[in-house]
Amino acid sequence: MDFIQYLFSGLTVGAIYALVALGYNIIYNVTEIINFAQGEFVMLGGLLAVFYREVLHFPLAFAFLASVVTVGFVGYFFERFVIRYAREQAVLSLIIITIAFSIVLKGSAMLFWGKDPYTLEPFTQGEPWIIFGAALQRQSLWVFLTGTAIVVGLSLFFSRSYYGKAMCACADNPVAARMVGIPVRKMIMLSFVLSAAIGAAGGVAITPLSLMEYDRGALLGLKGFGAAVLGGLGHFWGALVAGLFLGIAESMCAGYLSSGYKDAVALVALLLVLFVRPQGFFGNAEVGSIKRF
Amino acid sequence: MLTVRSIHTYYDSIHALKGVSIHVAEGEIVTLIGANGAGKTTLVHTICGLLKPSRGSIHFYDRPIHVLPPEKIVSLGIALVPEGRQIFSTLSVEVNLEMGAFLYRNENDYAKEMKERMFQRFPVLRKRRHQLAGTLSGGEQQMLAIARALMSKPRLLILDEPSMGLAPLIVAEIFKIIQELREQGTTVLLIEQNARSALAIADRGYVLETGKVVLEGTGEALLEHSEVQRAYLGRETSRNWEV
Ligand SMILES: Nc1ncnc2c1ncn2[C@@H]1O[C@H](COP(=O)(O)OP(=O)(O)OP(=O)(O)O)[C@@H](O)[C@H]1O
Ligand SMILES: [Mg+2]
Repeated sequence: MDFIQYLFSGLTVGAIYALVALGYNIIYNVTEIINFAQGEFVMLGGLLAVFYREVLHFPLAFAFLASVVTVGFVGYFFERFVIRYAREQAVLSLIIITIAFSIVLKGSAMLFWGKDPYTLEPFTQGEPWIIFGAALQRQSLWVFLTGTAIVVGLSLFFSRSYYGKAMCACADNPVAARMVGIPVRKMIMLSFVLSAAIGAAGGVAITPLSLMEYDRGALLGLKGFGAAVLGGLGHFWGALVAGLFLGIAESMCAGYLSSGYKDAVALVALLLVLFVRPQGFFGNAEVGSIKRF
Repeated sequence: MLTVRSIHTYYDSIHALKGVSIHVAEGEIVTLIGANGAGKTTLVHTICGLLKPSRGSIHFYDRPIHVLPPEKIVSLGIALVPEGRQIFSTLSVEVNLEMGAFLYRNENDYAKEMKERMFQRFPVLRKRRHQLAGTLSGGEQQMLAIARALMSKPRLLILDEPSMGLAPLIVAEIFKIIQELREQGTTVLLIEQNARSALAIADRGYVLETGKVVLEGTGEALLEHSEVQRAYLGRETSRNWEV
């Protein structure tokens, strides 16, 4: 069954878009910055996992972990040594800085890995499952599990842990957060580290399915951004639903229309949302009108 | 306990505080009155470390605090109930309280115990504990802002215009709470536009005008002072209008 097949592949890329969108949301929530380097974190995650696995011969699970930690460190570096020095600037300038940083990451990746795509072995070996006549790759399930685990984990983190709640408080009212003694800079740093690590996890999970090369970040970042806006900037569940929706729409478009148009789906959806319902599916118009972006 | 010595604070080129000195002794209620734009909030933010003075010093128990970041100042025992309440409106009442105890996040049960105390003092907050803070009434939000500040067990509580925009009955309740807090050992620095009520409960007061302290004295003395009566207590204004 074609339809089911398209659904499976749509859900798989959709999970990645959702992860990228979550990354945007975390940073946006705490700082109002849209971090356009988010897609590069995914690319770096994938390529670093390949490096740790194939070059340093780490066991796969360690390669996964090492890649996530390394990219988390890149996020730390970015906040600590770039964003922090520019913090007096307007949010728009900071957003442009994130674009510059994404170009730097992409360029460095090209120098280090070259222009060829790399692959990684799947997390578990085995034949794909056949469900209603459609093939489901085992790795697709891993991608899906990774995505779900991260969404659930983040929701718990933000609703239960002291640090998570404090990050929400920084997003809600940074001045008041400083007044009660929450170290806002640390929370901002944490948001960058978290976003980077999440992006990297997505990157590692998707590499066995769709390979990874130095210039994949921009498009992933753009589509993830589409999902973030579609779901309402700042909303975690919105990002998840919108990410999956975009993935499925794209895969249906590729299947039933033409694969040449598939990259346009996210952009058309993004434009439509911006025209019709700028606060996104789940966004609140009132909150949207207060925020600067 | 708190000594502010001739501090100057700027917003870029705006010289908002021009050499302000005040002091607050343990157990006192000290009030700071002044017209809009006099620099009251600026002074409070400078004490709390949200603004850095360009000159002058602030000592808390003989320790210089004008060089410390806000979280350090909170941990030394100064808490602020900010102007306009500044609660976390998209978070629940309970989480707002927990955030007041952020510095004690590693102490087991600290937040829980303090929350319980706050619910006893402000029963209305217990009823609304799961509600988003932004959905509370103005008076309830002010109670929440006070409770949030008390969560860190401050030795000095600074309130910036707590009566702003509230009905007289609620204002009376808030002034009652302030007096109770003092009786229980908290020192209070109270910023007010509502000069009459503030001076009535204050031991001492300062009058701030365009970034300078122009008058100081006991609460009673200031209440009787002709300048204060003319400018802040609204006497003789009708005669001025006739001229
Ligand atoms: N963020 C700011 N940027 C520039 N100038 C400011 C800023 N905040 C306050 N000011 C200026 O500093 C001066 C003192 O303001 P401040 O808010 O301290 O007054 P206030 O006494 O608290 O007034 P109010 O009673 O209205 O709260 C005013 O002239 C004000 O315009
Ligand atoms: Mg003020």
